[in-house]
Amino acid sequence: MSELNQKAVAKYENNFLREVEERVEDGEWVKMCMQCGVCAGSCPLGNAWEHSPQKLFRMIMAGKREEVLTSDAMWMCTSCYSCIVRCPRKLPITHIMHGLAHYSHRLELAPKGQPTRELARIFWQNLVKTGRVNELKFSLAVYFKDGFVQGIKNLLSMQGIALGLVKARRLNPMEIIGGHKCRDIGGIQKMLAKAREIEDRRQGFTS
Amino acid sequence: MAKKNYAFYPGCSSQKGASASNFVPSIGVMCDKLDIQLNEIPDWNCCSASIGYGEGGQLSRLVLNARNLALVEQNLPGQDLVSGCPACWLSTRETAEKLNEVDSLMADTNEALKEAGLHLSGTVKARHLIEVLIEDVGFEAMKEPVVKPLEGLKIAGYVGCQTNRPFGIAGESFENPQYLDKMIEMVGAEAATGYEQKVTCCGGALAFSEPEKSQKQIRDIVESAYDHGADMIVTPCQLCQANVEIYQSEINKKQGTKLAMPVVYYSQLMTVAYGGNSKQAGLDGNILRPQKLFDIIK
Repeated sequence: MSELNQKAVAKYENNFLREVEERVEDGEWVKMCMQCGVCAGSCPLGNAWEHSPQKLFRMIMAGKREEVLTSDAMWMCTSCYSCIVRCPRKLPITHIMHGLAHYSHRLELAPKGQPTRELARIFWQNLVKTGRVNELKFSLAVYFKDGFVQGIKNLLSMQGIALGLVKARRLNPMEIIGGHKCRDIGGIQKMLAKAREIEDRRQGFTS
Repeated sequence: MAKKNYAFYPGCSSQKGASASNFVPSIGVMCDKLDIQLNEIPDWNCCSASIGYGEGGQLSRLVLNARNLALVEQNLPGQDLVSGCPACWLSTRETAEKLNEVDSLMADTNEALKEAGLHLSGTVKARHLIEVLIEDVGFEAMKEPVVKPLEGLKIAGYVGCQTNRPFGIAGESFENPQYLDKMIEMVGAEAATGYEQKVTCCGGALAFSEPEKSQKQIRDIVESAYDHGADMIVTPCQLCQANVEIYQSEINKKQGTKLAMPVVYYSQLMTVAYGGNSKQAGLDGNILRPQKLFDIIK
């Protein structure tokens, strides 16, 4: 169990709802859910969710901490915002799903190797490096996330698409040696480090 | 007529050699014809898109977007921030609204921004380029420069998700917005009005991490356009364009379909209708060749 997780368990004991309210983005809205199920029926990847948002809300209220935070359900969110605009109580469901995914990732409870979790991690590392996304390095990192052999297999299966994009000048092989970047990368990285420090303090991860 | 000035936030995918780089020339032609002046925000950074939440906490994402807003306040005072990318627009607008609502988040954001030598007071409005076209220019004025109406073309207007939700265009519905169909008709083409997949999700970033699930979405989006007799799909979104266009060959390979439906940007349609050539319209950047647009240019 990660140290952050141990501390969270000790701090909130069996009150998972309070933990979500205090630590998960927009978590204070969870108790407003009236279980109508419109979110579950509106999700484009609905069938792929182990627990629908509706069910997750109920599970949070019922204190099913382990089941919620180790589920890959939240990682199925495509950020289409259908649930948000259809929710009769106007819960920011998309944000809560993002918040739950992020929290489970921070506590190291999210499923290891979950593809969207890995994609999100690679995306963030990529953008933080230069202030802008380098699509070539991002794609390569995603293809090679499961090792070299799988990476080559992925590349071969995608080569037609990649060559098409290069030919259309929508993928630049030269981005591998540099590419677009912000001038004030130093400032951006310091700013993000500060943001993380403040957020960790506010959420009780650090004192 | 005096030019209207806006602080322009192109976004990562619109950079040279990136996946939506062929969107840019047509935006240039369109804005030129409509007396819109886009002034690029100096040293803008990534908005963290919709997938940034995994690793980046809420404050980190707010701060990234706040930096762009602060750069506008400092360098392009008085101008609205305008993006052609739904994800950039959504992240920036969510940030602007959240920070103006929650004082403590604004204070924390400014504490972090100080590390990059910036400060945000919260005066900048974040808008989508489509809002500028509809609200500041208007359909009548957008129609005026049309010299080559796209007659004989039937087009499926695919709005997608983030241009449409959670903010959308004022006065439009989330379930069946009309503006893209109106834009298709404005350039002289016929809109496939019954197109059911208008606001369906293409899978977004999950096209990368969950290809099977996303390609099911994409197949529906393309097949419905065929069912309605469309010659091509038009979209306002970079990620919709890329996902729906480039994965058709994958779907064909895996599922034995024969999909080859061109997917273009609204500004490409407008550029052709305004008399632009294929290079100005960025048509050389389309993987699936929109032949009928080439025929009209000839």
